[in-house]
Amino acid sequence: MALLEIRNVTRRFDDFVAVDHVDFSVNAGEFFTLLGPSGCGKTTLLRMIAGFDLPDEGSIILDGIDLRDTPPEKRPVHTVFQSYALFPHMTVEQNIAFPLKMARQSEEEIRAKVKSALAQVALNDRATRYPHELSGGQRQRVALARGLINRPRLLLLDEPLGALDAKLREQMQIELIALQRDIGVTFIFVTHAQAEALALSHRIAVMNHGRIEQLDEPDKLYGAPKNRFVADFIGNVNMHDATVQAADTALTLSLGKLGQITAPLRAGVKAGDTGVFVIRPEQVSIRAAQEPSPDPNQFVGAVNDFLYIGDVTTYIVDLPDGERLEALLPNSAPGRAKFFELGDPVRVSWKAEAGTFLTN
Amino acid sequence: MRRSPLLWTSAALVYAFLYLPLVVVVIFSFNASKLNAEWVGFTFDWYRVLVNDDAMIAAAKNSLLIAFTAALLATILGTMAGIAMHRFRPKLLPFMTLTPLAMPEILLGVSLLIFFISTFGENALSLLTVIVAHTTFCIGFVAIIVRARLTGMDESIFEAARDLGATPWRTFRLITLPLIKPAVIAGALMSFTLSIDDFVITFFTAGAGVPTLPLTIYTMIKIAVTPEVNALSTLMMLLTLFLIIIASKVAPDVLQSKRLVEDDADS
Repeated sequence: MALLEIRNVTRRFDDFVAVDHVDFSVNAGEFFTLLGPSGCGKTTLLRMIAGFDLPDEGSIILDGIDLRDTPPEKRPVHTVFQSYALFPHMTVEQNIAFPLKMARQSEEEIRAKVKSALAQVALNDRATRYPHELSGGQRQRVALARGLINRPRLLLLDEPLGALDAKLREQMQIELIALQRDIGVTFIFVTHAQAEALALSHRIAVMNHGRIEQLDEPDKLYGAPKNRFVADFIGNVNMHDATVQAADTALTLSLGKLGQITAPLRAGVKAGDTGVFVIRPEQVSIRAAQEPSPDPNQFVGAVNDFLYIGDVTTYIVDLPDGERLEALLPNSAPGRAKFFELGDPVRVSWKAEAGTFLTN
Repeated sequence: MRRSPLLWTSAALVYAFLYLPLVVVVIFSFNASKLNAEWVGFTFDWYRVLVNDDAMIAAAKNSLLIAFTAALLATILGTMAGIAMHRFRPKLLPFMTLTPLAMPEILLGVSLLIFFISTFGENALSLLTVIVAHTTFCIGFVAIIVRARLTGMDESIFEAARDLGATPWRTFRLITLPLIKPAVIAGALMSFTLSIDDFVITFFTAGAGVPTLPLTIYTMIKIAVTPEVNALSTLMMLLTLFLIIIASKVAPDVLQSKRLVEDDADS
């Protein structure tokens, strides 16, 4: 049985539907992520799971029990807030001990658990400090230790890495994965940062306008997005309007003035369908225009711009029909890596099995 | 940075204007003369007269009792009002709580007088009516101070407490109250001070049997200003000073605008 079931949950604020008939379940031990742009309803959903808000329709079921009549303090669910919400008048120790005190555990028990929790997040030497004396990363760890100390069934994390700088963020991501694996508590993580979601999660629900657009494992979301929104939101993607000309063992697509390409077959797609062809920049090869390519799909264009990122260079190529295409060239491949200058004629190409056609 | 001499001078003048009369009052309370006109010699006589003045002692007892009770009630009710205004953002409550602060005291005094007499009869005025009246106008001050304190606070702190297993009452006792403590203490002190020196409202709501210090001083001044009044004023000043010192010890951030949460201690 699933640990948490969200059954057909809807939440409205006046005319605005924040969460629209959402339905999914989370398994015990899972690192589950709600991903979406701001205003997509992910935080509202999280607040309903925590008990700060109630659904207008549907039910939230934890361990087989409907939580509707359970106030936040009675739910075996804890939250790590975006602002951390540490109690400013309490020391690190007192903050971490708070949930145990509320559960009326004995003094010795509390002392022992706080000690091991401090060790777990490497804050032994900060036990008697106040939150304002800590760095952002340290505050983050206190919030995590406090949320996990009495082993909730579920830990909710509301964009907890949002306030950290890039370097610290990456470090905290690694710590977060290790912590979740060691403790085995189920995590529901809310974020708008797709890279973070891909790196951390077992499964991701991509939300938009209060609905779940796609719920899948990270590689499936990235590799086989179900629709335009998901393709565009997860990672970088090239999109081109396309019409299906033939659908047998593969799809033959017309890209308008650009010409024809071959794309992987998708169930339910038939000749005459219109939509977009999407392909990731790293699936597109780029070489000098005079060099031949073995790929069935290829076009010659001109370099419009490039971004040198260090490990890779992203080239933006003007296609003959005026559209633009991004191609990624790794800088590590010896001999193969080569720079193109602005205006250089280049050949972009991709394999028949690369990319996806998405109907409108 | 150097300030201009003009700024220094005007600041000195303003403070002199504020404090010199107080200093004069204190000095003349030790003057061995019945008049506040010239210095004759040092004496403690006026304090002796004051301590033996039964009417004055009775008035002081009344004033302290009223101020203490009214401050206590106003602090409890005002804190509740402040929290309610912050949390539920009601439309009418702020107006209803803050209007007594802006309303002319004489209006408040007359309306309370009419209310008490018409509701509880001609002999209604007593110590109790004064306490009720003082509580009424003090609530607003406490509410404003408490609400201001809550305004800058991260709401999720209170949600976090609930989330981590605290009932609403424990959240209030362990999180909300400690965080608003400086505001509550400041509100209580302000109420105490406002009550102990209130004349106008007390004049209308105190019956004949309930003289307070301001009422008694007024009666004395009508006859003649003796240095006994100076002695009394000096004692009241000391009491106020004492309260401010207590406040600064109990809640240092009442006097210093120390911030509760430093923005960033990132290292």
